[in-house]
Amino acid sequence: MSTELVTMNIGPIHPSTHGVFRMRVTFDGETIIDAEPIIGYLHRGSEKLAEERTYTQIVTLTDRMDYTASMTNNQAYILSVEKLAGIKPAERGVWLRMIAAELQRIAAHSVAIGFLINDLGAWHTPLLYLLREREKILELFEMMCGARITNSYLRPGGVFMDAPEEFWPSLNRFLDEMPERLNDIENLLTDNEIIVSRTQNVAVLDKEDAINASITGPMLRASGVDWDLRHRNPYDFYDKVSFRRPLGTVGDNNDRYLVRLHEIRESLKIIEQCLDLIEPGPIKPDEVPFLVRPDEGDSYVPIEAPKGELGFYLVSDGGISPFRCHVRAPSLMNLTLLRDMVIGYKIADLFVTFGSVDVNMGEVDR
Amino acid sequence: MTKELTGNEIKSTINDKFHELIISIENDHLVIKNDNEKLLDFFNSLKNDNKYNLLSSVTSVDYMSKFVVVYHLTSIEKNESIVIKIPCGESRIEPSIISVTSVWRGAELQEREIYDLMGIYFHNHPNMKRLLLWENFDGHPLRKDFVS
Repeated sequence: MSTELVTMNIGPIHPSTHGVFRMRVTFDGETIIDAEPIIGYLHRGSEKLAEERTYTQIVTLTDRMDYTASMTNNQAYILSVEKLAGIKPAERGVWLRMIAAELQRIAAHSVAIGFLINDLGAWHTPLLYLLREREKILELFEMMCGARITNSYLRPGGVFMDAPEEFWPSLNRFLDEMPERLNDIENLLTDNEIIVSRTQNVAVLDKEDAINASITGPMLRASGVDWDLRHRNPYDFYDKVSFRRPLGTVGDNNDRYLVRLHEIRESLKIIEQCLDLIEPGPIKPDEVPFLVRPDEGDSYVPIEAPKGELGFYLVSDGGISPFRCHVRAPSLMNLTLLRDMVIGYKIADLFVTFGSVDVNMGEVDR
Repeated sequence: MTKELTGNEIKSTINDKFHELIISIENDHLVIKNDNEKLLDFFNSLKNDNKYNLLSSVTSVDYMSKFVVVYHLTSIEKNESIVIKIPCGESRIEPSIISVTSVWRGAELQEREIYDLMGIYFHNHPNMKRLLLWENFDGHPLRKDFVS
């Protein structure tokens, strides 16, 4: 039975919108028949700001894009600058930023899972368990570079300071404890009847549709496509470590949750391998100047950020700041199919699906 | 490793009938003519015949003398990537190009972003309006001659 259609505004200020996301949704009763995302409430013009800053100063702008994954933002930007300017990074610096990037992936996936469960109505208990683990990572970051969220840790050629001595035992303690904590979380959530019945076969995303809509990262892998840039296009030293790529089979909200959970375990394995391979040495080559001045040209180096393919398209005109700096933001692209994914489902599935897409508004709007 | 094709390699992979569209062959990319009629066929052929099924990124650069739209395409099967550049809007008055949203859905939001910030109009786009800024905003901030 059809009822009179109701169009409703949701957001931008709403606890479940993970920032300032807004949607105009049309309902027939409780069923969604149309949804239009409206974005731009956190637009700060980062790409324009980058055009008047030096290459090193822009690192601080990248922190503020996906603010749950600053380290990987730094990494994507720095790799692009290094390619543009032909800088060869120091080995220890690369290992340090790989450790930082994988810790960041664990932190970002913890936030993603925690808030997804929060959106499902499990108020705060699982979220706080996950945020407690993330807090330990933030403390590790604080030791590494003095900052917790907006790290600005990477520099062209490596990182700006070596990790202090007390960092290594703390990291080892974290690596020892985390698998146990993950087991707790998995026992609590994965087979939970409510979670399973609310997420299985909801908002199924087909393989072909996902590729066609430029969807990348855990969302694409949940749909069963084995595409991880760390494996297919190894940047930094990812060719020297081995890890599995968890894949989904159905492409529903449950698969997206499971892929992220399993990726945390793989990240822990990568960090352990990094610890075996890292050796003392310089963290940055001495010859890298403070003012990087690349020759005319452009570069784009995509990396596997926690949310998907992240890349900076930089154009240089030979000056001390980029002529153009474009960010290929995975969060924005992953929103392309949100409308198609939620149509036909109930209002209660809307935010669960939105949570499983895992967008960060700082990155969507830039 | 994802293989980044050089300009010459890209030329040899694309269908011969599109060779007339090539303006120049560069080190790491191909420069293509902004031809409203044949461009869509060209992109369809890249996607279906050459298996470049993932549109990594669409963006644009304002060189003052012209605008350039830059396409980064990836083939998941072949693990290859190519770069295509299309110059448009030499006169700076209403630059426009055909939308590739019908080929890759992934272009939908990116093309809206380009229109919003750089002012390049995409023909046949299903929903060509501003993405990040508000409707009555005057000008396109990423243009080099934008004065705030």
